[in-house]
Amino acid sequence: MSIGLTHYLAVAAILFTIGVFGIFVNRKNIIVILMSIELILLAVNINLVAFSVYLHNVTGQIFAMFVLTVAAAEAAVGLAILVTFFRNRGDIAVDDVSVMKG
Amino acid sequence: MILSNDLALAVPELILAISALGLLVVGAFAPRQTGALALAAMGALALAAWAAAVGPIGRGFSGGMISDQASAFAKVAIYIASAVAIPLGQKWFERKAIRNFEFPILILLAALGMGMMASAGDLISLYIGVELHSLALYVLAAMHREDAKASEAGLKYFVLGALSSGLLLYGSSLIYGFAGSTKFDDIAVAVQAGAGTGVLFGLVFLICGLAFKVSAAPFHMWTPDVYEGAPTPVVAFFAGAPKLAAMVLLARVLSEGFAGAADQWRQVLVLIALLSIFVGAFVGLAQTNLKRLWAYSSIANIGYAVLGLAAGNAEGMQAMLVFMVLYMVDVTGFFACLTALSREGRPMETIDDMAGLFKERPAIALAMSVFSLSALGLPPFSGFWAKFYVFKAAINVGDPMIQIAAVLGLVGSVVAAFYYLRLIKVMWFDPAPSGTDAIPGEAKAVAIGAALFSFPVVLGALVFLDPLAKAAAAAFGLAS
Repeated sequence: MSIGLTHYLAVAAILFTIGVFGIFVNRKNIIVILMSIELILLAVNINLVAFSVYLHNVTGQIFAMFVLTVAAAEAAVGLAILVTFFRNRGDIAVDDVSVMKG
Repeated sequence: MILSNDLALAVPELILAISALGLLVVGAFAPRQTGALALAAMGALALAAWAAAVGPIGRGFSGGMISDQASAFAKVAIYIASAVAIPLGQKWFERKAIRNFEFPILILLAALGMGMMASAGDLISLYIGVELHSLALYVLAAMHREDAKASEAGLKYFVLGALSSGLLLYGSSLIYGFAGSTKFDDIAVAVQAGAGTGVLFGLVFLICGLAFKVSAAPFHMWTPDVYEGAPTPVVAFFAGAPKLAAMVLLARVLSEGFAGAADQWRQVLVLIALLSIFVGAFVGLAQTNLKRLWAYSSIANIGYAVLGLAAGNAEGMQAMLVFMVLYMVDVTGFFACLTALSREGRPMETIDDMAGLFKERPAIALAMSVFSLSALGLPPFSGFWAKFYVFKAAINVGDPMIQIAAVLGLVGSVVAAFYYLRLIKVMWFDPAPSGTDAIPGEAKAVAIGAALFSFPVVLGALVFLDPLAKAAAAAFGLAS
């Protein structure tokens, strides 16, 4: 059996779902949420590169490069905000993020 | 030379990018010169607004960037709103003894990203624009570093914003794969005869991602918390300009990329519009904090703008643009009032805090009443004209789905009337505890200016706004 486009799309879809669930179901630690966000972005990259090869079109790979770069910037900003949060609270448990009621 | 043609289209972006980076270097060496930095940033925004207004029309960077009447309209409005936010925030941070020189620079970067959103012609430039403005906004929300609420707001905004970017990207990747291109023009050709399942799937993800950014229900849950926790002048900024940018972006993607699938996306938009209007109206009833109340008010108001978009023709686009600009003035003015008000150093944020405000601070109380009546949609204030455009477009489209939605929208605005009128009643008729602090000049100027715009200036402004918005809507290329 050869590995085709659908296999890549399936892996990406599974990763994406794990990432989304990681954000909503996770009740422990905000770092885990950051990891889930990275997982979502990686799922997108797999999609893009797989489509790029399948379509013989390089745009998808360029897009993936942009996504990687922005993901790095996003992680930096996220961790910086997390540091200010930690300084104010002394903890980064998800249950603590609830001074304001939603 | 071809590159210079491309660069001529991007002059506003170049001005903002270069001045943001330049000011960052200046700030690193002279961090005490916050006043001069703020002035320079406002100058850069004014220059960029002028460049956007007189700049050339066309498509550049192989279709990645579109400069047309719509992008010029949106950019001028966005840059002006950003320039107004700088003195509001700068003075507020100074009063809190926080001397961050980064504030005007972050506003510049956010304005740069919003300008890119308004002229995106490609899924890649769409994503870069969205991220550029979002990253700046996450930092702005958490800018008050010693405040636990502000950092919590920043964190919530970041997590949900990153999730929405992820949805948007996943949608983009599916659209790229199934339509074969990331350019809106090529996507339009691919979905000419209706979109396939893969593209539709991607489109729904894309709409969800952007609905997060404009805080439309059911993707609104971050809005009240972020509005409550973030510094008030920052809220004044991101309740207005970023939403206009995201709405223009949504209008552009849908009309230029997915005109062939109009029947499908209009259904999604009607659903989002009605949910937003009702969530905003009903949940707003239970709020006692004014920042949260206006967060729900903004959710409801975005619903009306999305309803204009759902009409799916040039008139609807024009209605959306007029609505967003008029609403932006209202919401900026209201939050400017809130930045101004404090009692013995404690910010006045709840409805009870406003008791008897009219006797103590008649000018601010009058301005807040004007904004509330305007957001409620009472003639002759600007909010009435904004809603008038939307409902006119919705009725004229001749589609029973949109017409029923418009009638339901009217019901929603009647429900929302309760909380606006309650605020006015508390301000005008309740006994005052007295002791409010002096009103800072810049916040008062913005509040009074915006209130005067709401009525009577709006009547004159609409004479200009109407044809400009019409030309902008025509640039999206939908049938009228």
